[in-house]
Amino acid sequence: MEVKREQLDDFRVRQLQSRDLLRGEMSDEDLQRYVEQAVMTTTVEKAVAWARGNSIYPLTFGLACCAIEMMSIVAARLDIARFGFEVFRASPRQADLIILSGRVSTKMAPVVRRIYDQMLEPRWAISMGACCSSMGVFNNYALVPSDKFMPIDVHVPGCPPRPEALAHGILRLRSKVQGNAPEGWRERYDAIGTEELLPGATDTESAAISVLRPGDTAGA
Amino acid sequence: MPDATGLELIAQELRDADAASVLDTVFQRGRAVLIVDAGRVHGVLATLQEKGYGFLASLHGVDYYPDEPRLGVLYELLDMDTVDRITVKARVHTDSPRIASVCDLWPGANHPEREVYDMFGVIFEGHADLRRILMPEDFEGFPQRRDYPIGGEPVLFTFNEETNYGKWQ
Amino acid sequence: MSTTDYRKREQSITVSTEPAGQGQHHELMTLNMGPHHPATHGVLRLITTLEGEVVRDIKPIIGYVHTGIEKTCEQKSYWKVIPCVERMDYLSYYFNAMAFCGAVETLLGVEVPPRAQYLRVIHLELNRLMSHLVWLGTSALDLGAVSMFWYCFRERETILDLFEMSSGQRMHTRYFQVGGVFEDIPPGFARKLKQFLDDMPTRADQYADLLEKNEIVLARLRGTGMVDHDTLLGLGVTGPLLRAAGNPWDLRKAAPYSSYDHFDFKIPVGTVGDNYDRYRVRHAELYESTKIASQALEGLPEGPFITTDRKIALPPRHELATSMEALIHHFKLVTEGFRVPPGEAYYPIEGPRGELGCFVRADGSAKPARVHMRDPSFSNLQALAPMVKDAYIADLIATLAMLDPILGGIDR
Repeated sequence: MEVKREQLDDFRVRQLQSRDLLRGEMSDEDLQRYVEQAVMTTTVEKAVAWARGNSIYPLTFGLACCAIEMMSIVAARLDIARFGFEVFRASPRQADLIILSGRVSTKMAPVVRRIYDQMLEPRWAISMGACCSSMGVFNNYALVPSDKFMPIDVHVPGCPPRPEALAHGILRLRSKVQGNAPEGWRERYDAIGTEELLPGATDTESAAISVLRPGDTAGA
Repeated sequence: MPDATGLELIAQELRDADAASVLDTVFQRGRAVLIVDAGRVHGVLATLQEKGYGFLASLHGVDYYPDEPRLGVLYELLDMDTVDRITVKARVHTDSPRIASVCDLWPGANHPEREVYDMFGVIFEGHADLRRILMPEDFEGFPQRRDYPIGGEPVLFTFNEETNYGKWQ
Repeated sequence: MSTTDYRKREQSITVSTEPAGQGQHHELMTLNMGPHHPATHGVLRLITTLEGEVVRDIKPIIGYVHTGIEKTCEQKSYWKVIPCVERMDYLSYYFNAMAFCGAVETLLGVEVPPRAQYLRVIHLELNRLMSHLVWLGTSALDLGAVSMFWYCFRERETILDLFEMSSGQRMHTRYFQVGGVFEDIPPGFARKLKQFLDDMPTRADQYADLLEKNEIVLARLRGTGMVDHDTLLGLGVTGPLLRAAGNPWDLRKAAPYSSYDHFDFKIPVGTVGDNYDRYRVRHAELYESTKIASQALEGLPEGPFITTDRKIALPPRHELATSMEALIHHFKLVTEGFRVPPGEAYYPIEGPRGELGCFVRADGSAKPARVHMRDPSFSNLQALAPMVKDAYIADLIATLAMLDPILGGIDR
């Protein structure tokens, strides 16, 4: 007697496939296709980077007004616990990410540098707000831009940056950690590996700035 | 605020006690200011404290460059019972910026006097621990004087990127 | 190092089993609670001298976030000083702007229209609410009651939404201008504000329910950090700290500014002056601020939102197309700014932490010659030493939390 089966839905198909797999009755082509769908190959670096990016431990490091906005990304409206970042560690030895939130004065700069040095590699730094990225509102004797004494991976502009802006910066850092940093203008203008001649430069050797990928610059 | 006549009465009382203490009185926009000789400011403030102005609301410095004497120390006093404010101003020259400390009258003058020292260079005699409070301990110069440069970093453009502080490599 | 050296050194250490403060004198240890510390509110460095766990002396070192704001203000025209001055005490930015604008308005002799005064009061009280909410959240976090942080910040987000509605920015809004406010409130603001203010007392009750019956909170706050009232006055302490010690000094009642005398509100006052009283005073101020803001919203008068004196305030945009004078005023104001006749003014207001006063010296030009903020936290910090003398480190943390120092205002 012939049994006719019509219109198997996807679930039934997969059920039958699993049954055949368990019995050892699957054909070679089907087995090949099944394995290709279920198994992913990658390198150890990529896997580790993926895991690292999804569980960065920031350091509790609030300096000034931006610290309040940093506290509000931990709060319920924009919750960075969604991304795995809610474990703020107090000790630099246990933290991966230092978010410089606020203005860095001349008295504080050596302290910040010492804390950054105490962090274990791999470590990243986000300069949050205008005051530590550039001088911000206060371009005077008392402040130091953070680029002067430590390597920064992501600068987040704003005064103070909205929690969404800081989250954008953090997610950019995450993609950088995971190895697929967005290349932005380098990609748009196909500029990677090119050299830029500064205007008015006569000596070609010293005047060029070579355009690198974001991941090749400083930071751990 | 004491009105203009009230201010004159206070000034007269102080002059009766010590003739050379009050140099001038200014009453402008509802604000009563006694301009006092810098050497006698402690006595004036003690008398005003006894009169009822028992709360030192603010102690701060002003640089009156280019008017001499250049550095001024202002004491904002408050009488909480009658809600009365009076200001005492004392001016010193930069070559001998010494003035008596009022920490014995108001212990809360400790930090503000250190700040005036830090920012303007006024030395408060009788202060227990006069050292810098806001700037680093080894800082040289008095930042809030008018002839101290504002400092800061030049804005980075492409043309001066390499010659300027040069970002961390 | 050899074992014999180690044994020799070990013998020189006397380990006593007696608790501290009972009889024998123990060695004093200096501990640095450095500028980077999770429990100091901001970058405050405390050098504590400890005997066991008892604090014998404390020296606060500040200046780690000194930004030279006062000197920067001398380089900018009066209009541009407002955003600089706002960033001093970064949780009470409207208060900073209010003190500065008040001082300049005194110098100019300009009258602020009643609608602007009421709008200022609404925003000031919302800011006071926001500041107390952040204080409550972070203080409870320090004491260990971690969930309070999320509840308080939920309310804070609503307040920041309201600020964003009226001015476009969540923090440091530059909403207060000399002569009034920058812009009138948009439609929908009143409804959203009323909804928030109706909800707020219930929320404050919920915070009280969470914390006040908790044994640990009570044990940590009751009886700790007491200083008598006269010492506080001598140290220049004002605000909730002074009110917790029993003195009902509040500039909103004593010397009302910006129509505060039109509103009916009470001043919460404590009895003993310990940390629990400070907590209760600030918590009760949540209800009072809600009351003031609702009264201001209900009684909001019609009229201009900034002074009509075109030499000080920008003319409205639609006039620029038709009136030559308006164009000239706009040009002069935007390029040079208004000039203030020479004089000095000190304008004190009641901030969330105490008396916030702004001293402005004008020399006739378009830039101020000296701007100084009398910040309440700067004076309140001097009270920390008597508060924690002979108390445990845990009490130090609780007292620091209840003191509510904001280092941006202290360091300026």
